[in-house]
Amino acid sequence: MNFSEVFKLSSLLCKFSPDGKYLASCVQYRLVVRDVNTLQILQLYTCLDQIQHIEWSADSLFILCAMYKRGLVQVWSLEQPEWHCKIDEGSAGLVASCWSPDGRHILNTTEFHLRITVWSLCTKSVSYIKYPKACLQGITFTRDGRYMALAERRDCKDYVSIFVCSDWQLLRHFDTDTQDLTGIEWAPNGCVLAVWDTCLEYKILLYSLDGRLLSAYSAYEWSLGIKSVAWSPSSQFLAVGSYDGKVRILNHVTWKMITEFGHPATINNPKTVVYKEAQKSPQLGLGCLSFPPPGAGAGPLPSSESKFSLQTLKPVTDRANPKIGIGMLAFSPDSYFLATRNDNTPNAVWVWDIQKLRLFAVLEQLSPVRTFQWDPQQPRLAICTGGSRLYLWSPAGCMSVQVPGEGDFAVLSLCWHLSGDSMALLSKDHVCLCFLETEAAVSTACRQLGGHT
Amino acid sequence: MGDWMTVTDRGLSSESKSISQYTSEIKMSPSSLYSQQVLCSSIPLSKNVHSFFSAFCTEDNIEQSVSYLDQELTTFGFPSLYEESKGKETKRELNIVAVLNCMNELLVLQRKNLLAQENVETQNLKLGSDMDHLQSCYSKLKEQLETSRREMIGLQERDRQLQCKNRNLHQLLKNEKDEVQKLQNIIASRATQYNHDMKRKEREYNKLKERLHQLVMNKKDKKIAMDILNYVGRADGKRGSWRTGKTEARNEDEMYKILLNDYEYRQKQILMENAELKKVLQQMKKEMISLLSPQKKKPRERVDDSTGTVISDVEEDAGELSRESMWDLSCETVREQLTNSIRKQWRILKSHVEKLDNQVSKVHLEGFNDEDVISRQDHEQETEKLELEIQQCKEMIKTQQQLLQQLATACDDDTTSLLRDCYLLEEKERLKEEWSLFKEQKKNFERERRSFTEAAIRLGLERKAFEEERASWLKQQFLNMTTFDHQNSENVKLFSAFSGSSDRDNLTVHSRQPQKKPHSVSNGSPVCMSKLTKSLPASPSTSDFCQTRSCISEHSSINVLNITPEEIKPNQVGGECTNQKWSVASRPGSQEGCYSGCSLTYTNSHVEKDDLP
Repeated sequence: MNFSEVFKLSSLLCKFSPDGKYLASCVQYRLVVRDVNTLQILQLYTCLDQIQHIEWSADSLFILCAMYKRGLVQVWSLEQPEWHCKIDEGSAGLVASCWSPDGRHILNTTEFHLRITVWSLCTKSVSYIKYPKACLQGITFTRDGRYMALAERRDCKDYVSIFVCSDWQLLRHFDTDTQDLTGIEWAPNGCVLAVWDTCLEYKILLYSLDGRLLSAYSAYEWSLGIKSVAWSPSSQFLAVGSYDGKVRILNHVTWKMITEFGHPATINNPKTVVYKEAQKSPQLGLGCLSFPPPGAGAGPLPSSESKFSLQTLKPVTDRANPKIGIGMLAFSPDSYFLATRNDNTPNAVWVWDIQKLRLFAVLEQLSPVRTFQWDPQQPRLAICTGGSRLYLWSPAGCMSVQVPGEGDFAVLSLCWHLSGDSMALLSKDHVCLCFLETEAAVSTACRQLGGHT
Repeated sequence: MGDWMTVTDRGLSSESKSISQYTSEIKMSPSSLYSQQVLCSSIPLSKNVHSFFSAFCTEDNIEQSVSYLDQELTTFGFPSLYEESKGKETKRELNIVAVLNCMNELLVLQRKNLLAQENVETQNLKLGSDMDHLQSCYSKLKEQLETSRREMIGLQERDRQLQCKNRNLHQLLKNEKDEVQKLQNIIASRATQYNHDMKRKEREYNKLKERLHQLVMNKKDKKIAMDILNYVGRADGKRGSWRTGKTEARNEDEMYKILLNDYEYRQKQILMENAELKKVLQQMKKEMISLLSPQKKKPRERVDDSTGTVISDVEEDAGELSRESMWDLSCETVREQLTNSIRKQWRILKSHVEKLDNQVSKVHLEGFNDEDVISRQDHEQETEKLELEIQQCKEMIKTQQQLLQQLATACDDDTTSLLRDCYLLEEKERLKEEWSLFKEQKKNFERERRSFTEAAIRLGLERKAFEEERASWLKQQFLNMTTFDHQNSENVKLFSAFSGSSDRDNLTVHSRQPQKKPHSVSNGSPVCMSKLTKSLPASPSTSDFCQTRSCISEHSSINVLNITPEEIKPNQVGGECTNQKWSVASRPGSQEGCYSGCSLTYTNSHVEKDDLP
């Protein structure tokens, strides 16, 4: 495992281009585009203000930089550095900006969700979509980029509009049987739309592309409901994480629950491997790559004891957004594993075996898990906890790597490169690329940790 | 009891009255007959008789007392004490006979009464003890009753308390339920309230939004604009098209196409899955049938009613199964048949398995008695034991080896002896060969001897003939006494002739030897032997036959001992025998014999060593 030198970064804005060739990062009001392999600066763009959001177009030709405070979006072309485009939303304000899947339209959401403006880079045409709903996940595109689903709110009722992205024509418009729609998400095959209700009510609805209601599912009533939703890449499963600390897996044939995964604080099953990060005396060797010696770092717990209890957080019940329930959910790219985090055991990541529908492994870290992300190519999970270590889990085992560098490189976020060979580790104001070895090397490294089951 | 006491009191005070009273009482209370009798007889008689007599009759009042007695007796039904009087004036005479009779009768009565009293007393005692017993029983029972009553009361109390508690709990539950209901109602009302408020707020919000929208959007805001260097081409290279009804229709078409594709894909997947499942099912069915068919006859014999019909179905199904095309039919037509047949077979299998299970459990139960079936535990124990034994044996071997090594290193004498043994073995080998050679020679000698004896016999015969000849010749000589000189010359001539012929000389030598034969046979061979042994450089013994002989016997005995313990006996029997045996033992390959001998000596020596301490 190798690490690149550290680059400056602000507001955690760093993204690989969709084709995997470039890396865009922001430093205040500058946008830096580097080559992924050489890490040399290819382009440097200067925006009008501090950048708050960047996004690559799907064809990796353009990057949009949003400056919400100023209500501005600036678009840069990689091919023509002199080309520029500036979209000013004026007094309407701007709260969100994103590309359409074709990479030629920009969707800007104005303040107070008054409307969504669709700006085209090809023509002068500007489209407006009224009544977008102010919710967590109100816009979703199908993976093939053909359709966009948008959550709307009119007359105190929730609606979903499906647009054809090629000409922004409204394809379907239907009301949903929800109190207060919170999120929508297309299945990866683009034929089923999952719609879930506010956390006050456990309700998830499944709509076909043509607007038919396929199924509705509700696990319980009178309690806080859905917190997170994730489709499996195969579109076969829909994992629904809720405030009761359970993940329910729905199948794509009957849309009924196959199983539910509880997240108890004590793990009784001796088959489950529990990796517990152990405190280690601070290392003196600076700047050198450090594999934790056996017995330190994220080593597996000797499974002699049948019970293992996780550190739990007592949630404050009288505050909004209590820290309970399944806040994060992610399927591995091959749909074989599901990683979850229960927010009242924030230090632990649970990995579930979807083939056998059982708990596979639990990783307990010393500090709360910030982010985890699956390798796009293989079942390998990268975890960061805001410390200077990067944790990797694969079915073969678990390892932790100290990010080298002067001082602590607190990894707040990470994102994988398309190939799964490298990833960008983001700290508060730095970014560092981590190049992984081939799988064989990694597995041997894992074995070096010793005693992994 | 009370009655009895009072009666005695009265009886003591006045006898006469009491008696009458008693009699009356007898009638009144026949139940207390015994007690009455006791009163009648015992009390007045036993207690008061004496004083009565002392005071009753004196010298003065004989007359009165007699008359009184008479009166009394007559009242009791006795005959009068007086003689029948002829007249009133005449003084009645005391009839002695009557008196005596009366007295006798009284005495008899007394005795009877005493007896009765005794009886009654014993009875009384018995009854009293019975009474006591009953009383104690009664008291005990009373106590028991009391305790049980108390217990009952306690239980009742507890029951009451529990009921009370239960009622309370019910009440609480009800309250809680009410509470829950109330809370739910509150929640619901709050929810509706909240929703209502939300809606109101949202409406207001919407109004504001609308207003804002109007204010912000309708006013020609110069700022809302896109500043672009030049428009870029579309990603697909096409030009944008106008929105028309056509495009709408096309979009619809496309959407449905996507949906259809998806459904088709899913259908294909499901079909594939179905096909695979069918395959599995088919295989399972086949296997089931093949599994069940050999047992068809057995269960039919056993349980005709239950499985017989089903089995026939199985056969039918087996027939059906051969038609593979069935599987390609759509599920609806086949489903029922298939599921039914599978179900039936499954049932059979299940029953069969259950039967087997039962049998197994039975066998398991009987397993301890049954010796034919080795239970797993026994098996394991046995193997364990065997393993232990192997271990022990291994250890033994190891220790033996160690000891051997120790022996080899520590006890040099032993080793030398062993080595010598080895040498001796070799030597013996050689000796054995020599022995056989010698034997052959001996045989030759014997043959020669035989020929010699034969020759000697012949010679003897010839001699006889010669002597006869000579006798006849001498006779002739005597007959011819006339010429003595002539006779002497003849004699000389004979002797010269004798010495002159070498054949004759040889013959005499040989003929002399057979005479010594009994000695020479035993003597000659050892000499030969000793000569042979002399030629061997390694032999410890030198020339003396006796020494070698003893040595051989010693060594041979040792060796034989070492080679096989069975040969000890023959060895003990005789030297000749041992020699033979020894040769036999060492015949198959001299080296091998040696080795085996060596190894055996090792083991034997160790065994001996082990035995020593």
